[in-house]
Amino acid sequence: MTKVKTHLNRRSFLKLSAAGGAGLMLQFSWFSALAKENPKLEAAYDLNGFIKIDSNGMVTIASPNPEIGQNVKTSMPMIVAEELDVNWKHVKVVQAPLNTGIFTRQIAGGSQSINQSWDALRMAGATARHMLVEAAATAWGVSASSITVNESVISHQASGKSAGFGEMAEAASKLQIPKEVEVKNIKDFKIIRHSQYNVDGPDIVTGKAVFGLDVYSENMVFASIVHPPAFGVKLKSFDASEALAMEGISDVFPITTYPEDFERNYFDINAFPELIVITGDSTWRIMKAKKTIKAEWEPFEPYTIKVKGFGGGKPNDQTVPSGIENTEKQYAAMIQTSQANPKQVRKDGDPDKAFSQAAKVIERTYTAPYLAHSPLEPLNFYANVTADKAELIGPIQTPEYMEQSVAQRLGMSLEQIDIQMTRIGGGFGRKLFGHYLVEAAVISQKIKKPVKLFYTREDDMTFGAYRPMYHAYYRAGLDADNNLIAFHVKAGGIPESPLYANRFPAGAVSNYLAESWTIESNITTAAFRAPRSNFMGAVEQAFLDEVAELAGKDPIDFRLELFDKAIKNPVGERNDYDAKRYAGVLKLIKEKANWGTAKPGLERGVAAYYCHNSYVANVVDLRMENDKPIIEKVYCATDCGIVVNPIAASNMVEGGSVDGIGHALYSMLSIKDGVPQQRNYNDYQLIRNNDAPWDVETHFVESDVHPTGLGEPPFAPAIGALANALYKATGKRYYHQPFMVDIEERYLKKETSV
Amino acid sequence: MARYTINVNGESKQVDVDSDTPILWVLRDNLHLLGTKYGCGIAHCGVCTIHLDGDAVRSCAYPISAVGDKKIVTIEGLSENGDHPVQKAWLEHDVPQCGYCQAGQIMTASSLLDQNPNPTDDEIRRAMNGNICRCATYTRINRAIKSAAKDL
Repeated sequence: MTKVKTHLNRRSFLKLSAAGGAGLMLQFSWFSALAKENPKLEAAYDLNGFIKIDSNGMVTIASPNPEIGQNVKTSMPMIVAEELDVNWKHVKVVQAPLNTGIFTRQIAGGSQSINQSWDALRMAGATARHMLVEAAATAWGVSASSITVNESVISHQASGKSAGFGEMAEAASKLQIPKEVEVKNIKDFKIIRHSQYNVDGPDIVTGKAVFGLDVYSENMVFASIVHPPAFGVKLKSFDASEALAMEGISDVFPITTYPEDFERNYFDINAFPELIVITGDSTWRIMKAKKTIKAEWEPFEPYTIKVKGFGGGKPNDQTVPSGIENTEKQYAAMIQTSQANPKQVRKDGDPDKAFSQAAKVIERTYTAPYLAHSPLEPLNFYANVTADKAELIGPIQTPEYMEQSVAQRLGMSLEQIDIQMTRIGGGFGRKLFGHYLVEAAVISQKIKKPVKLFYTREDDMTFGAYRPMYHAYYRAGLDADNNLIAFHVKAGGIPESPLYANRFPAGAVSNYLAESWTIESNITTAAFRAPRSNFMGAVEQAFLDEVAELAGKDPIDFRLELFDKAIKNPVGERNDYDAKRYAGVLKLIKEKANWGTAKPGLERGVAAYYCHNSYVANVVDLRMENDKPIIEKVYCATDCGIVVNPIAASNMVEGGSVDGIGHALYSMLSIKDGVPQQRNYNDYQLIRNNDAPWDVETHFVESDVHPTGLGEPPFAPAIGALANALYKATGKRYYHQPFMVDIEERYLKKETSV
Repeated sequence: MARYTINVNGESKQVDVDSDTPILWVLRDNLHLLGTKYGCGIAHCGVCTIHLDGDAVRSCAYPISAVGDKKIVTIEGLSENGDHPVQKAWLEHDVPQCGYCQAGQIMTASSLLDQNPNPTDDEIRRAMNGNICRCATYTRINRAIKSAAKDL
């Protein structure tokens, strides 16, 4: 039997509950449907902060983490329900507010929700079940061990007694939460591993699901911002007289989101800490009026900000460089810096010697541009800051971090900050960075009214926090028998390097060199779906395809050969992957895609990658029509350990693969004189229905291994498989993203001669 | 400011707004019908799609002054109990991820099926091309439309 430790006790829980912090219900005056989503459960008994049971046996489970489309609002409660042994039909799910006293790691990021909360969720269900059994044992005067629970029914076979959860809920809620509790044998799972529909599906298809922009309250003021039009400039002065004369506009004033001495947390990235705010009585009037504000901007000198690390602690000083950027010069700078002196990160064997002795050497260079996350729901937040409380409602991936930032900025204690999470209308990493939540709070505190801050699409796209620009140089050496004997990767970017030195093929090649470099910039960047991996996975897999071709080997067999070496005789000790599982997804995709056969008129490419604790392999089948790829099919093979919710897992892999393919084909954010050149969906290209793969077929490795996430792992390998299929269809290798833009002609040729 | 009487989901509504206000913001800010979403404001993403006399229209770029007596239907009014064949198919295929674009997708899809009850795969892809899904649920969207077409 597996036992898990519990981290809750009744005393701490009741304390929080009394303060309203553990409440599953929003006590709020809504115009919207949110009140309906979280009804008052007057007669419900709280078992441990995750679970409330009413006297009729209806079980309400709080889903702790932000729901951003990864479907944790269904899959996390499924894990709780499994251990509770409740019939899933008797479960109602609500979004928990931020409460670090009860919930652990309330973050939507890094594909870690299931991976890192698996034990806590099982604990929540198992402790509640234990307490219900204890209550029944006392009521019936029998031993707890003689009681069984099945699908919401508590039974004692010998006496024939049975009761529903509702009958025991009150008594159970008064018991101590056990310090340690047994969890189920995974072979006995009835809810986990069985497809359960998205709990918010019926609300989503009827327009009732509540996102941040759907928060309306009485006396609420609308607000938006005007930010510097270019990176490298700041506000000098502004004239808002025209806007202020317009009907419905209340005020225009500057704010400072993060003062210079502010101790920023890791997620307080913000290129524009000083903004102009405009408030008024409707969204449309503000949209019209903000265009009339005449502002003067001036270049800034380098300045220092204080930034804490991911784990908190003392902040370090960081310098924000001055200067006005241009995409063309950035490509040139990447090429130059790559050829300068990069930092060695890992070296195995003697790469120099091996390359000099190699029978064949191949070297290739890859690049990728800035990307705007551009979730369809633009940045927004609701704030109601009064003298003693700050109520904040909206889409945020990092409520734990932003609670600290808001408290510091408003001069309040953590206990005074109440963050409620709506569904998030897409984030892809952008809504990890919650400056917009702080801005809403600062505005509300200043005007002493509830406020809904909204960004227009143009604001959202031009505000920075982009996927960094990346560049990677690869070199491989084969011996006379076409064995890979030397491998060199040198990767960098603006402003971060995407390199993961200990990932494959590290560990599978005797002579290996990994190097890294960076270039500073005042253009802010931020984690974007599968940070760094979104580039490295794609280009590494495209390069290996060329190496396999040079070796005259089948691309899957070539990789399996390398994994075989990494399994039997690994090089080095710090290899960040399990070669058996890696090989496993390749073998699965080989079988499921009937690799080696060809469909008439279609060309195929393959790739596999490991990141964020899960393994994904893809085969892409496509043909070219009018110089554009028609992608008829994408096959995906995934190993994420136990598949908690198959239908949702499949959805994630399908979407992640298409998202990767779409960005690699079409998306790019460019800069001219510091100004983002794409401002909306008319010029920033995202993959659309007519260009999307016609079909995505998903397969999962059957596994009893601890479950891991799926938000990010499918993104990169799909790009690799796409690039390799494009080569087969066109005879041309694709090195520079986005593939449908001629980056070489537009940026690389002229700049190398500068 | 001007007063307009518009027909929304079969009901007559009076609103007092600037004449250039897009239908989207009348629905959201004035009528608190929040199922219709804002995405781009320039009719390029489709999340604000409504029906205007049955046609799929981007409400973010359609001024209230041009509505006249045309009938507006929003996601809230597409069916009485959320049981339009397209809505049912969306649930059957578990289409949504983040869900933000799906009301717009459903409004475009239901308008398509009204006008073409048995669309080919290619017709579906072309009809749906104006609706971005940033989570890229396109394959499920298209499968759900095929299912709904069978149920019509």
